[in-house]
Amino acid sequence: MKLLINTIVLASCIGTACTIGAIAVGAEKIPASSIPAEYLVQPASLAASLQSNSGPRPLILHVGFRKLFDEAHIVAAEYVGEADESEGLAALRERVAKLPKDSAIVIYCGCCPWNKCPNMGAAFSALRSFGFSNVKALYIAKDFGTDWVDKGYPVTTGG
Amino acid sequence: MAPLRCALGVAAVCACLSMSIVVAGETAEPAGRLNTIAPDFTRIDMSGRPLRLDQFKGRVVLLNFWATWCGPCIEEIPVFSRWQRQYGDARLQVIGVSMDDEESAVKHFLAKHDVPYPILMGDAKLGKSFGGVYGLPQSFLIDAHGKIVFRNVGELNLEALRLQIEGLIGIH
Repeated sequence: MKLLINTIVLASCIGTACTIGAIAVGAEKIPASSIPAEYLVQPASLAASLQSNSGPRPLILHVGFRKLFDEAHIVAAEYVGEADESEGLAALRERVAKLPKDSAIVIYCGCCPWNKCPNMGAAFSALRSFGFSNVKALYIAKDFGTDWVDKGYPVTTGG
Repeated sequence: MAPLRCALGVAAVCACLSMSIVVAGETAEPAGRLNTIAPDFTRIDMSGRPLRLDQFKGRVVLLNFWATWCGPCIEEIPVFSRWQRQYGDARLQVIGVSMDDEESAVKHFLAKHDVPYPILMGDAKLGKSFGGVYGLPQSFLIDAHGKIVFRNVGELNLEALRLQIEGLIGIH
């Protein structure tokens, strides 16, 4: 019995460590499609909440590429960087390090079609592994231009 | 008690292991510029040669914004390469604009892939001048007079584009 308990605990801990480690070094490709539907927020819904002045706004983090962010990004969004890379994940971890675990966070990228995005799955998985319970992923079906800018939702430019 | 002590010990070690492993803002341009004259630009391409868009007037230009991290972009490049070889003498010029943040990633890609057309590094300013390159891939077809006659965001219908190119360069 003792051996069984020890084995289970050890296997569990090693599994956790390996998962987090793989995320941290960006070694694991996590598709955006792995994000459960209940954690997705649609562009129209987020735009409406940003345009209304009621209630606290979520922290909006851009987990994609700098040049695309500099061209246009959601008003009040902060650049974190490519969640597909270890530097981006480190920046994400640092940005949220002091936040309460129930903080409302919205992540987005929009670099390319949802099922081809290299960043969203990694960012979402990382935030969940950090213990954040109120994380939403902005569902951008095609790209940020088509699904946000062209629809006239609020954007700003520059870094 | 012994199993519990052992479990706590293992958990503490694993927690330390995990900790050590986890290292760890106007209005945008309207998308498009279709049916307008393509904005001229000058850049040094990845082979070190200056490239100005206007130098290609008289040729049909396929201007492709791409990046090494963009899967659909990478799939298109062999097709564009084939077209450049096939239609280059018939006045087609493909130009690749990388939106990678790091030039080293593009150099690494070009060292492994034979791309027979100029590649240059793009930036937010260049993207905005073309009406906004907010997602990739994105391609523009520019006719011999310098007018943007086609724009596509996302994966291309390559066969339809090939027919359009052949129409513009007079091959049918």
